[in-house]
Amino acid sequence: MRVEIGVTTEMAIEDDVLVVGGGLAGAMAALSAADANDDARVRLVTYKQSTLRQASGLIDILGYTPAGEGPLVDPFDALESLPTGHPYERVGSEAVRDALAFFDEIAGDAYAGGHTNANALVPTHGGTVKPTARYPASTAAGLASDDRDALLVGFETLPDFDAPLAAAHLEAAGVPFDARGVTVPFPGIVRDDAKVTRYAHLLDRDETVTTGAGETGAREALATTVRDHLEDESRVGFPAVLGDDDADGVRAELADTLEVDVFEVPMGPPSLPGIRLEELLYGALEDAGVRVTSGVPVVDYETGANGSDEHIDHVVVDRNGTEIPHRADQYVLATGGLVGKGVRSERDRVFEPIFDCHVPHTPDRYDWFVDDVFGDQPYARFGLAPDRELRPVDATDEPEFVNLRAAGAVLGGYDYAAEKSGAGVSIATGYVAGKRAAEVVDR
Amino acid sequence: MSDTERPTDDGVPGTEDDEFEPVQVFPEAAEMDLRPGADDCYKCSTCDTNCPVAEVDDEFPGPKFQGPEQWRLKRQDDHDIDDSVMKCSNCMRCDSACPSEVPLSQMHNTARGEYVEENMSTFSREYLRNRLLANYRRLAPLAATFPRTANFVMGLSATKWIGEKVLGITSEREFPEFATETFREWWTKRGGAHVESDENRIAYFHGCYANYNTPEVAKALVRVYEHFGYEVMVPEQSCSGTPMFANGTLEDARRAAETNVEALAAALEDGADIVASCSSCSMSIRQEYPELFDFEDTAAVAENTWDAVEYLRVHEDLEGELAGTSVDSAAFAYHAPCHSRNQGLDGQTIELMSAIDGVEAHDVGDSCSGISGTYGWKAEHYETSMKIGEEMFEHMESAPAETGLTECPTCSMQMEHGTGYEIKHTLEVIEAALLEGDHDADRRGRQEAR
Repeated sequence: MRVEIGVTTEMAIEDDVLVVGGGLAGAMAALSAADANDDARVRLVTYKQSTLRQASGLIDILGYTPAGEGPLVDPFDALESLPTGHPYERVGSEAVRDALAFFDEIAGDAYAGGHTNANALVPTHGGTVKPTARYPASTAAGLASDDRDALLVGFETLPDFDAPLAAAHLEAAGVPFDARGVTVPFPGIVRDDAKVTRYAHLLDRDETVTTGAGETGAREALATTVRDHLEDESRVGFPAVLGDDDADGVRAELADTLEVDVFEVPMGPPSLPGIRLEELLYGALEDAGVRVTSGVPVVDYETGANGSDEHIDHVVVDRNGTEIPHRADQYVLATGGLVGKGVRSERDRVFEPIFDCHVPHTPDRYDWFVDDVFGDQPYARFGLAPDRELRPVDATDEPEFVNLRAAGAVLGGYDYAAEKSGAGVSIATGYVAGKRAAEVVDR
Repeated sequence: MSDTERPTDDGVPGTEDDEFEPVQVFPEAAEMDLRPGADDCYKCSTCDTNCPVAEVDDEFPGPKFQGPEQWRLKRQDDHDIDDSVMKCSNCMRCDSACPSEVPLSQMHNTARGEYVEENMSTFSREYLRNRLLANYRRLAPLAATFPRTANFVMGLSATKWIGEKVLGITSEREFPEFATETFREWWTKRGGAHVESDENRIAYFHGCYANYNTPEVAKALVRVYEHFGYEVMVPEQSCSGTPMFANGTLEDARRAAETNVEALAAALEDGADIVASCSSCSMSIRQEYPELFDFEDTAAVAENTWDAVEYLRVHEDLEGELAGTSVDSAAFAYHAPCHSRNQGLDGQTIELMSAIDGVEAHDVGDSCSGISGTYGWKAEHYETSMKIGEEMFEHMESAPAETGLTECPTCSMQMEHGTGYEIKHTLEVIEAALLEGDHDADRRGRQEAR
């Protein structure tokens, strides 16, 4: 049989809400959209793997005010007096609370801190303490406000965490307990540049390792190594490499064997607590029926066929050179800031690369920074300026598009590194942008 | 501003330094230039957390070292490529991990090619074995001529013993069976395309495995595309090059790629788009060809090559067409191959399968199967390969299904090896849903009515 067939048209991949970006803001936006409208089909497209792998895993709301006051005891108190244009000011403090409650619901037992409005103080791998609203359960026994003495254990092959130095730094910071640091070999690892995932894998799988004491499981071998160094401390802190898939099991077994509380100290990138948060959120996305397309960038967009240049008709995804149209009714842009490349710069301009949304900045690039590295850097606040619905606005304060909202670090008007507000802004704006997008979906 | 205060990477506007343009310090590269890629790396090490090899073997220094760091080290003339590059399995997961657009797999492929060319003796067992594995396609026609004999000989324990002792090919694995009739033989016997169309035409890149070992996958592709009214072309083709990249035999890969680009470009001229059923073949043509070669039409071929299922999703309402179809209850443990993941296709199969009544496809997670083409066939990598695969095996076993599903031939070998399950290709399920039973007749009726 031979059949002649006529022309077919190229079809876009169709959804109701399309979230561009797979970090904390994008994941929260997609979850919130799926939660707000059961009928809406939600898709998340992310160019690269989630940048949560670089995140500490701590969920901060606000550690310091934009003026530098802090550490703040109650971040919610300070929300009311933020300057106009700050992302929290845009969405309002009630939305920040709702968003955090939504996160708590998703995170369940994996996170702690929801029992109080006050910031917790979590020791970091540098021996500083970080004010944060929520923290992974694995760090809970390590809080700096706890007055029990602590032993910090570092590994010879993991130079990112110098336990004696971190302990000394904590004591110098005035924590209400004695901190002591020791450095031990990690059973089963001899190379200096073994990856953090290798440590986690050995413990997750409890692989058999050989030490001076013979062949045992990695968990038992580690406990044995540490036991000799333990004095009368009732809690022991390790760099955050204690397992990935079975982190709770690893920690519990070490605690049982050593008869102390065991906690993790959050590390720099790449970070296991960040990876676990990524897995938690992507698991929730799957459960919520959100479709995820990863590994491919959104590179362009087309506006409405009806002549309206304010309505995005579809975006174009570049799949290894092939252009795939993705159409949705509503879009959320959550592509990150200057580091995440959701905002980019050239010698004479700062811009948002997909929709070319307006990024307020002075034309002279010598005004983009100040000489003091840790000073009040203008570039740190670069990003999109949104209206109260989180729609990015143009230079005349009008929404760039009627169906585009933005969330997370692509927004400007705040310095997340100085304020310690990165996770909180992503959660709050992601929650609001996703929810609003899903509510106005026109089916 | 004094000299010491002057920013090193920038001129000062309005001063005598107006002509100084730092971006012009490096001359335009005449050949492939990996410097920008190396400079883009900001050392976050996210790639390292994605490397399935580094997770089970602390002797492997990871993709960040193999890519940008090694590239810098070898700027010094007396520095050889580190032999650890041969431990890289070329899964390419680091590519989609990098938040800074470093072309990691391109750097690995280049470094591996240089290592093999300059540091590996062409008389060594490793070199011979790697070329043998990478050029499986050259042996396959012989085996396909006498498939039963080949299957018998390859299955003999003596053959396996020799394979391991002489060549370093693991005896733990069963060689894949050769089909008694190759896809191309079937295609010829069938009389080629059953649908002709000037508007809807695809050139099918079947690759080696669907031709010699699993022609049922290739046949499913033909039937599904003809169901949608497409004219299928089957151009001459060589191996996609995937196993050659992974073994650093870039000259072999170049030859194969040249043949393919030429034939596929001719198909484009004839108005066809290119589709592939194997995720590594499409990956190779789409990404590795333009990264490593510059034949005429390389870019055009890459841009017009599609995954076979993806093509139907975009050009036809595949999901709508599958809605309402049914197959007798079938449950699958689905593994998304790394090379699908890198094309943004990891969610596609689960999304489509959910439209078919009676099909339950369970995603077994984002871990690598561990075999990575020829990697898991090497005696020295077998153990690593199985350790990487452990997570997938466990998830397959805990999923409520006894049949596996994937789009990659070697992933399917690993899935079968680790669990004993029968493994299907997504196109086979789509074929069953669309073409079995009355639905087929309905569709044909509609086609004729158009």
